[in-house]
Amino acid sequence: MTVKIPLIRVLPLVVAGALLAGCAAAPASQGVNDPLEPMNRAVHGVNKGLDRAVVRPASKAYAAVVPEPLRQGVSNVADVLELPGDIANGLLQGRIDRAATNTLRLAANLTLGLGGLLDFASAAGMPEYKTDFGETLAVWGVGEGPYVELPLAGPSTARDAVGTVVDLAMNPLNGLFEGDDRTAAMGVAVLSRLNDRARYSGTIDSILYESADSYVQARLLYLQNRRFALGGGDAAGDEGGDAFIDPYEDSNGQ
Amino acid sequence: MASNTFLSRRAFVGAGFAAAAAFGALPAAALNVDQARALIDKVVADINGVIGSGQSEAQMLGSFEKLFARYADVPTIARSALGAAARSASSAQMAAFTKAFQRYISRKYGRRFREFIGGRIEVNDAKPLKSYYEVISTAYLKGESPFEVRWHVGDKSGKNLFFNIIIEGVNMLASERAEIGAMLDKRKGDIDALVADLNAT
Repeated sequence: MTVKIPLIRVLPLVVAGALLAGCAAAPASQGVNDPLEPMNRAVHGVNKGLDRAVVRPASKAYAAVVPEPLRQGVSNVADVLELPGDIANGLLQGRIDRAATNTLRLAANLTLGLGGLLDFASAAGMPEYKTDFGETLAVWGVGEGPYVELPLAGPSTARDAVGTVVDLAMNPLNGLFEGDDRTAAMGVAVLSRLNDRARYSGTIDSILYESADSYVQARLLYLQNRRFALGGGDAAGDEGGDAFIDPYEDSNGQ
Repeated sequence: MASNTFLSRRAFVGAGFAAAAAFGALPAAALNVDQARALIDKVVADINGVIGSGQSEAQMLGSFEKLFARYADVPTIARSALGAAARSASSAQMAAFTKAFQRYISRKYGRRFREFIGGRIEVNDAKPLKSYYEVISTAYLKGESPFEVRWHVGDKSGKNLFFNIIIEGVNMLASERAEIGAMLDKRKGDIDALVADLNAT
């Protein structure tokens, strides 16, 4: 007797498996794991030099020359170009609802948003679920690994560095754009980053140029914020989490 | 009110003394979730007031320092930021450091809050966390996705005060421990030099 299992019956199992993988996800990382600190500090020095000489002045020039609505439009297009990757990673994570919302966003912004210039979807109350392959690896249970600072890309972890490479190599748009189109897409992404650099310049400058040890501040900020984002935003509420510090306990020990 | 400033100030001081006398002998009432929430409601209302006031930058930074001194447990935050060095510090050094730290941190975070002009913060929820309370709020800034700000509130100082702010997972106490630690290392552990430099910025 042969048993035929229709795909439609198996699919929920696959999804459930993905969800279970999510529950069994990598144990929450705590503290700072930085065995490569000497190398990372060297890269940090290079990145800081690049920011001071190129990125920061370019972002200021971009913000000064191009009016805000146009810069926002370029950043909106960059967000739309990232959506196919967000959707693919959402599916790989078993987060069907987020992938579906991102698909609706893509459709809405490409049409009613005039090809992506306007963020129609956000105005209509469709949230944006930004994600990446680093998060997919975390959902699959891969541990965070040591902290690394990447040239140009900045603070990361071993897991997120692999994710960044995979996202670049597997971007669904790679096959779609060729020649000038591809250059234009990259240009949009770069301008969007420059806009962010200009917009958050107060915070970024204070970390890079006003803190006593910018390497340590950048590392701490990245690890805390990344763990918060991967924890679904609830990491701070967990009693065992990194986020809770009891300053009264310290002073009792005096 | 302007014509009565002297009188009202006297009345205020008098009332303050009376209140201190009345409550000073009593143990601090145990903090509950509603009081923790009420404290942060007040903090948030005052911050929203400052960022909507149209003050100059210098005035805003002064207002933020007053808010910080009123609603945060500054001595405990300062001691925690100083870390192990606090144990060997004299009480005069701790007093000087606490004062310098209050000014430093109000200016640093005040400049961030200044970017909130045109925005607002809303308190959504409060819950117990260990022997403290966590109040969860959302910041709505112009042209930004809303983001989460958590406040840790306790009464171990004898008053209901907050002792930590966590913005999208980024923890003020942890950041300041690292920063003050690095500043102290640069000055070879000299707390007096650290205080002098904090006062000079």
